[in-house]
Amino acid sequence: MMHESDKYWEIKPNTSLLDIKLKENYEYRDLLWLLVKRDFISFYKQTILGPIWFFIQPIFTVLIFSLIFGNVAGISTDGLPKPLFYLAGVVTWNYFSDCFIKTSSVFRDNAYIFGKVYFPRLIMPLSVVFSNLVKFGVQLLLLFAMMLFYGLKGGHFQITWYVLLFPVLVLLMACLGLGLGMVVSAMTTKYRDLAFLVTFGVPLLMYATTVVFPLSAAPERFHNLIKFNPMTPIIETFRMGFLGTGTFSWSMLGYTTFITVVILFLGVMTFNKVQKSFVDTV
Amino acid sequence: MGKIVIKAENISKAYELGEFSTGTISRDLERWWAMMRGKEDPFLKIGEVNDRNKKADSKLVWSLKDINFEVEEGSALGIIGRNGAGKSTLLKLLSRITSPTTGTIKGRGRIASLLEVGTGFHPELTGRENIFINGAILGMRKAEIKKRFDEIVDFAGVERYIDTPVKRYSSGMYVRLAFAVAAHLEAEILIVDEVLAVGDAEFQRKCMGKMGQVTKDNGRTVLFVSHNVESVKSLCDTAILLHNGRMHENTNLADAIKIYLQQNPENDRGHFVNQNPPVHLEVYFRQAYIKQKGVVTNALFNDAPIDVHCQLQCNIPMKVSLEVIVRDHNGLPLLFGPIGLTQQREHELEAGVHQMVIRLNPPYLAKGSYFLDLIVAETGKRIIDIHESCLEFEIESSFIAASGWSFEHNRGAGAMLLNAFSYFEAELPAVH
Repeated sequence: MMHESDKYWEIKPNTSLLDIKLKENYEYRDLLWLLVKRDFISFYKQTILGPIWFFIQPIFTVLIFSLIFGNVAGISTDGLPKPLFYLAGVVTWNYFSDCFIKTSSVFRDNAYIFGKVYFPRLIMPLSVVFSNLVKFGVQLLLLFAMMLFYGLKGGHFQITWYVLLFPVLVLLMACLGLGLGMVVSAMTTKYRDLAFLVTFGVPLLMYATTVVFPLSAAPERFHNLIKFNPMTPIIETFRMGFLGTGTFSWSMLGYTTFITVVILFLGVMTFNKVQKSFVDTV
Repeated sequence: MGKIVIKAENISKAYELGEFSTGTISRDLERWWAMMRGKEDPFLKIGEVNDRNKKADSKLVWSLKDINFEVEEGSALGIIGRNGAGKSTLLKLLSRITSPTTGTIKGRGRIASLLEVGTGFHPELTGRENIFINGAILGMRKAEIKKRFDEIVDFAGVERYIDTPVKRYSSGMYVRLAFAVAAHLEAEILIVDEVLAVGDAEFQRKCMGKMGQVTKDNGRTVLFVSHNVESVKSLCDTAILLHNGRMHENTNLADAIKIYLQQNPENDRGHFVNQNPPVHLEVYFRQAYIKQKGVVTNALFNDAPIDVHCQLQCNIPMKVSLEVIVRDHNGLPLLFGPIGLTQQREHELEAGVHQMVIRLNPPYLAKGSYFLDLIVAETGKRIIDIHESCLEFEIESSFIAASGWSFEHNRGAGAMLLNAFSYFEAELPAVH
């Protein structure tokens, strides 16, 4: 006989795939914030430059891109100052790819903890998304600083009303990265090959996204292929909002939203399925 | 009859042996299709018993099968069983680390495993930061940790280093801090696995003390996993006995312990088999077991000599001596038997396999468990093959019929009776 309970629980073999126990996750919200804080602090502990490292990576990437794609290959930047064009692409792409890559190894990285203590497993991928959001925010400051610099210099760019879509874009990127990452993380517990695929595949995927070139400059026959990539509308809209150039259409953004919802749904489902028994398989 | 806080119904857990996953996508798909239609997994063979000695027919093995039990609030349940009986699996299910294959466990209140210490500690972070992270992983809210922060630091005794990264801590400080966090968790149900109890004897005593304290003072429920009969007896009210993943239908503590002790010790701590024979050595132990009064057993009594039967593989003819060390349950050496050194008695071995019997006449031992080291040495020169604590035996009873008194380990009076012991009255010394 069970009595009326304050904290009643039940352990069952297999619950529904979509039962993500939001309430339980909410109860562990402190853990989420502490993990985000831990990631942030441990990132620059015992480094000389500290948080400056958040800037160094995009700065150098933008320098190399400007040199190779801008000057050597001479790819158009839609009339924008080159560093500004690349930075906008790099910062947003990095957020997505970090969410994706880090989430996809979440079971492997935390196998030890998962094998010892129970807490809602969803907290871990969520903490990845939020940790990277902090990094993204810091890197955005770099973009703003550069916009200010070029603004004072009289560079050609303008902020448009589409900038209001920014929160939606962040949400889409987070969900897309999280969803894809969760699908992969769940699969890698059984088929390890996927982990390798992700580590070299995601950087390559960048070239199928409009990071180093604008959609308008891509050859016509590749347009559909590039648009098929759900990250393309996000980056195009981001540039449209902050820099005033790009290809924006509601249907493209709608397509991305649809894909994101589907992938997130799949991700939660597979993740939920695997988290219940993955300790037995690692 | 108190309130029931945990109720387990028909718990079973199947594990897959060998190559994980079915190996073929087609079998994976077949299983998936069956699951989707709500059918049972076609690759689960019902009724196979987990016996490590037999090679399994299917690749699935039932680590736990049809476990049913209830735990009342404020009581302590002991879970005993030989190695591989399914104790750790049951713990994993209870602490929700993995889910059962069939059955349900219902319960009320927060569960914490007391000795799961230091999980989630990040070496780069300070003690303070790690207390918060670790506490949150164990399920505490931030406010709760804050409230108990001073208590935790005080218990661990690391106040001076609280803002130092834990990677600079000594291992003792690290463990103390980690334990302090776990011990201050406000949980209604505590799970303790004795096997996990790392650290020195002092630390283990602290853990045991903490456990006894929480059941008696705070009315919390404790699940205690152990193969040490003595500590189960002293801490628990009821016990369940696992054997090859199945449960003996007996929750009476005394009966469970009795059956446990009678279980065939073969292939367990009472029977040592050298899994990785050091074939390069001149001579080494192949296997060993204990006999008393002609019966293979490791439940021993004080009234007869203990015979350690060991099989030696000798690769070149040589003179050796056999030595034993008897240790108490904490691993502390109690007795040393180096006949080669004390009596210069050596044994000449020819190449081949030899069956040797070492006969021990130990002093009267207290009830409890002991370990035995086996050593083969070239007398006075070097140890050739040594197996520390390779055999475990239990002194079943130390009842002294004449007085009706029982000599037990936990009386804090040591492990052996002093035989050459008498007293008499003498004249008072003259006062100066």
